[in-house]
Amino acid sequence: MAATFTPLSGFLGGLLIGLAAVTLLIANGRIAGVSGIIGGLLRPAHGDAGWRILFVIGLWLGAVCSAAIRGGLFPVELETSLPVIVVAGLLVGIGTRMGSGCTSGHGVCGIARFSRRSLVATAVFMAAGIATVFVTRHLLQ
Amino acid sequence: MSHPAIDGAHSTRVQPLFALMSGVLFGLGLALSGMVNPTKVLAFLDIAGAWDPTLAFVMTGALAVATPAFNIILKGSRPWFADAFVLPTKIDLDWRLVLGAALFGVGWGLAGLCPGPAFADLVTARVSIAVFVAAMIIGMLVVDRLQRRTR
Repeated sequence: MAATFTPLSGFLGGLLIGLAAVTLLIANGRIAGVSGIIGGLLRPAHGDAGWRILFVIGLWLGAVCSAAIRGGLFPVELETSLPVIVVAGLLVGIGTRMGSGCTSGHGVCGIARFSRRSLVATAVFMAAGIATVFVTRHLLQ
Repeated sequence: MSHPAIDGAHSTRVQPLFALMSGVLFGLGLALSGMVNPTKVLAFLDIAGAWDPTLAFVMTGALAVATPAFNIILKGSRPWFADAFVLPTKIDLDWRLVLGAALFGVGWGLAGLCPGPAFADLVTARVSIAVFVAAMIIGMLVVDRLQRRTR
């Protein structure tokens, strides 16, 4: 599990994510927050589901296209045990809904418009994520 | 924005197209940056281990585009193909925001997955990813149900 620092592809990928957020805001007036887009599909208002579904389909298309460009699907290494994955999924679902956003909605779109709530949320989930990894990897191991 | 806003029926036909385009860019960005890989995300959060700061470069790239663009776009009166911008209305900090962000952070730190990469990773057709997404949706539904009850 050696760390592979890839600043250039990271930065370029980030530019594309920023461009995605700008596209959705300038054209549709919407925030590209993935938890919000998914959450809005659970009880969609009339006429509000179509664009959300197409965003998700686009997400899949983009992922598949990248696989075609790089000549193979990107690596997805998930070494967490299934019970922990279930707990993690529940926490991410509960937390993003309760806290009104995730890495994209708060971390990119919210910070980009200098939202105080998003700045606080991003600081809190970063700190909680770092603390969790510290406990699971360095205290419990 | 000086772009002519398109009226009613036409705009609702164009909107899904831009949502699709935004999704494609988002998926490409996640894949190129490597953030679709939970191990890479966990390596960013593991500051006491073999730290991989790539995620900070992803955030920097995204904000380098979004910050100037958002502030210009939001000075305009309306988006190209909709009547108004739909932005979060809450401005005050409250316990729900802080507790929610904390719970999300713990879940993020346990598996290395947040909603965007988790959904993108469904294309790998891996059971573990599908289980994560199913649990995530159940978590969202639980909060929606509880919040409706307390309202």
